[in-house]
Amino acid sequence: MSTSRRTLGLYGGIAIASLVAPFVFDSYISQLTVLWVMVLFAITWDAMGGQMGYNSLGNIFFFGAGMYISAVVQIGLHYDVAEYTAAYGAIKVDFTPAQYHVGLVLGTIVAALGSVALAVALSWVVFGLRGPYFAIGTLGVALAAGELVGAWEYVGAGSGISLPVFPGEPEVGERFFYFAFFIAAVLSFFFFRWLYGTRFGLAINAIRDDEEKAEAMGIRTMRYKTITWSLSAFFLGICGSLFGNYNIFIEPLEVAFATVVFGIPMVVMALLGGKGTLWGPVIGAVLYHVIKEATWKYFLGWQWVALGLLIVVTVVFFQQGIMGWAQDKWPELFGIEVEEDSAEGDREAA
Amino acid sequence: MLSNFQLLFDFPVLNIELLLNGLMIGGIFALAAYGLALVWGVMNVKNLAQGDFVIMGGYIAFVVYKELGINPLWALPVAGIVMFGFGWLLYGLVIRWVIGRDLFTSLLATFGMAIVIQQLLNLIFGPDVQTADSGLGTQLFLDSVPVQEIRVLSLAIAGILALMVILFMKNSRMGQAIRATAQDPRAAKIMGIDTDRVYAFTYSLNAAICGVAGVLISMIWVIQPFYGIGHSIRSFVIVVAAGLGNLPGVIISALGLGALEQYGGFGFGTEFQQAIVVGLLILVLIVRQIMQARHRQVVQ
Amino acid sequence: MAAMIEVRNVSKAFGGVQANRSISLDVAKGKITGLIGPNGSGKTTLFNSIVGYHPIDEGSIKFEGKEISKLRVPQIARLGMLRTFQQTRIYGKMNCIKNMLISVPHRSMGLIEIFGDHSAQELEKAEHLLEFVGLYAKRKLQAGDLSFGQQKLLEFAMALMNQPQILLLDEPTAGINPTLINGLIDRLKRANTEFGITLFVIEHNMRVIMNLAENIYCLAHSELLAEGSPETIQKDKRVIDAYLGAH
Repeated sequence: MSTSRRTLGLYGGIAIASLVAPFVFDSYISQLTVLWVMVLFAITWDAMGGQMGYNSLGNIFFFGAGMYISAVVQIGLHYDVAEYTAAYGAIKVDFTPAQYHVGLVLGTIVAALGSVALAVALSWVVFGLRGPYFAIGTLGVALAAGELVGAWEYVGAGSGISLPVFPGEPEVGERFFYFAFFIAAVLSFFFFRWLYGTRFGLAINAIRDDEEKAEAMGIRTMRYKTITWSLSAFFLGICGSLFGNYNIFIEPLEVAFATVVFGIPMVVMALLGGKGTLWGPVIGAVLYHVIKEATWKYFLGWQWVALGLLIVVTVVFFQQGIMGWAQDKWPELFGIEVEEDSAEGDREAA
Repeated sequence: MLSNFQLLFDFPVLNIELLLNGLMIGGIFALAAYGLALVWGVMNVKNLAQGDFVIMGGYIAFVVYKELGINPLWALPVAGIVMFGFGWLLYGLVIRWVIGRDLFTSLLATFGMAIVIQQLLNLIFGPDVQTADSGLGTQLFLDSVPVQEIRVLSLAIAGILALMVILFMKNSRMGQAIRATAQDPRAAKIMGIDTDRVYAFTYSLNAAICGVAGVLISMIWVIQPFYGIGHSIRSFVIVVAAGLGNLPGVIISALGLGALEQYGGFGFGTEFQQAIVVGLLILVLIVRQIMQARHRQVVQ
Repeated sequence: MAAMIEVRNVSKAFGGVQANRSISLDVAKGKITGLIGPNGSGKTTLFNSIVGYHPIDEGSIKFEGKEISKLRVPQIARLGMLRTFQQTRIYGKMNCIKNMLISVPHRSMGLIEIFGDHSAQELEKAEHLLEFVGLYAKRKLQAGDLSFGQQKLLEFAMALMNQPQILLLDEPTAGINPTLINGLIDRLKRANTEFGITLFVIEHNMRVIMNLAENIYCLAHSELLAEGSPETIQKDKRVIDAYLGAH
């Protein structure tokens, strides 16, 4: 079929471009790496906000939590964490490549599972809240986490933690993290793509469109909400663990639980591209990242003002997003039928 | 940190100082919270830029004090008027398109506005912590508790302003129109009330109240471009705890928040002060949820 | 015949307004039971009490012998009791097939199954039921684009898809084109006989309820006024008075 061939071509094209990009544009590799982080953010937010209708302003919490969990695991394998952080970087880590990679993999696994555990624990608190209270409550969770970690001496409080440097040439390290984020983003894309096609996907859409009706039909809404929130947390935990290692240094307010830098943009990216669609968050993330990098380059100093304005304009005037706009314009492209099926209309009773 | 709580038992007089300070700061929190409840109740807009309006008011006082070299108390009317105008401008540019949209839109749009305001303040004034000195002294209360005169004056000003707003809402034509619109915007429109103007006025009035509160904050406390979010969260804590349209509740919660914050800051250390405020927000949300879960009814 | 729902002395007030006063009734298993009464007599309130939308002030409600007056909507729904709404509630932005697939019975579903695809049988059943209510030709249209009457039929089909033991219908014929009402009565009866679903129906249209129900309860002024077969109810002076407002 031509559509499936076209889809295959699209995926293949993106895959090839993504694979060669870090070699062809190697001076832009850090921007390209962060692009995949942004894609991950938008996809995981959209599972909650776009597909299930629970607009979280605090998903960044799991990114930060994963980052810290992973850091504690990696350092803790070889050092006393409290002593290490108290020395403010005076203790230099000296890991063999094997130690580094074992620590990174182990840290990432624990970070992912730890984030899921936190999501399950928090779900009781946040899912009793509806509408604006949910958004404010999740925002509160993220802000509180930043403040508490910032006062917690064991993990270095406001001074953060220095993480081991990638063993080997810096260019190799950059490519290593580029592909790590690329793989994580691609995995999450295909995971959620599969998920939205199952009974599960339809059920969370039902929760989004009319939760009361879904409950009245006997759907266990709390179970779906907890699982979706946990899946989002799982990928964000992985992303946080990798980002901490990519950044070498982690700190609560600007890196880990960075509400203004990452937490709110997550939402804006998904809205910009079109929430509740498969490709919307991806497109939104790319667009947002390009705009962000451009303002950094051309409006330095004013970049955050420009991004704040972008948030306002997107939310107020373009909330349906690019995909939503396209869906309104060409519904038949998205499998929405507007004509009744007359050819089969008088099918005999089965 | 436990030893600090021990101090409170060893020196009971400290309690009086903390309590007084807390109540006086809480009185100012009540102003911004009342403004939030007003905008929320009348327009169904959850204004996350609330704290940034407060900080803007603070910087107006700072400019009056630093650039003009006069007592920052003169900034009270200036901040009220400037912020009223600013509120009107924001209403026309952004808020009017948000009214009637889903609940999330207003939160996110005002958060975007908050970021713009913070960053502009940061570009203009830099990230340093500032304060405006009113030049007033300190008195001893009960011969042992130091009380800054400016705090007492601020509380009095906050009280007078609150009274003025209440009388205005009760007696003026615009106040009545606002209350009518809050109850039923469609009916108000049919009765010939220009609801768009009512909304603009309500939003601007809120900005003005916040501006005045900010002037007071700048004199008794400190301001910084990024402190707005803390004040926004405080307003939300107070309003969620008190409920909409419950003025005595707003005042009591605000005073309680002020006192709790002082105690928490003293007991755990000031680095936890922000965490305490956010923690309280989560706490009031949970309590609200438990209260509602008792009913068989679906939680709304 | 055994009672599927037993309502005993249920009272419910909203503020000072007494909506139900000490109401007792039985819904017989496997039958169609009707609930009539003038506007404001407390029919929908009683429905809401049974399916768990609000707490009751006093009394007991049993479903298959189990006390349910403290349970909430989702728990009651999972026991196999479903209701449709006076104002229909369907998923307007999804097509009819998806509306049907959402309605597969979730109560029996395990953790693994919720990640599965919809089976061919489910799809077959969804199409079959859409055909049963006469919406097969519109199965791929957005449910929100259907007429009010068609949405009502869709909601009915969704309820059947859920395979409930009992279905509480709040005015199923209100807003439906009068020429289609006979067809609907026929379908309700077939849902009862062919799918074995007990029905409890609020209805305003006297002709419909007299044709449909085997046993009818009449509420007036928040109280139970009369009970009996359609013939008895039709002849009951108190019922006629209540509808004509003679007092």
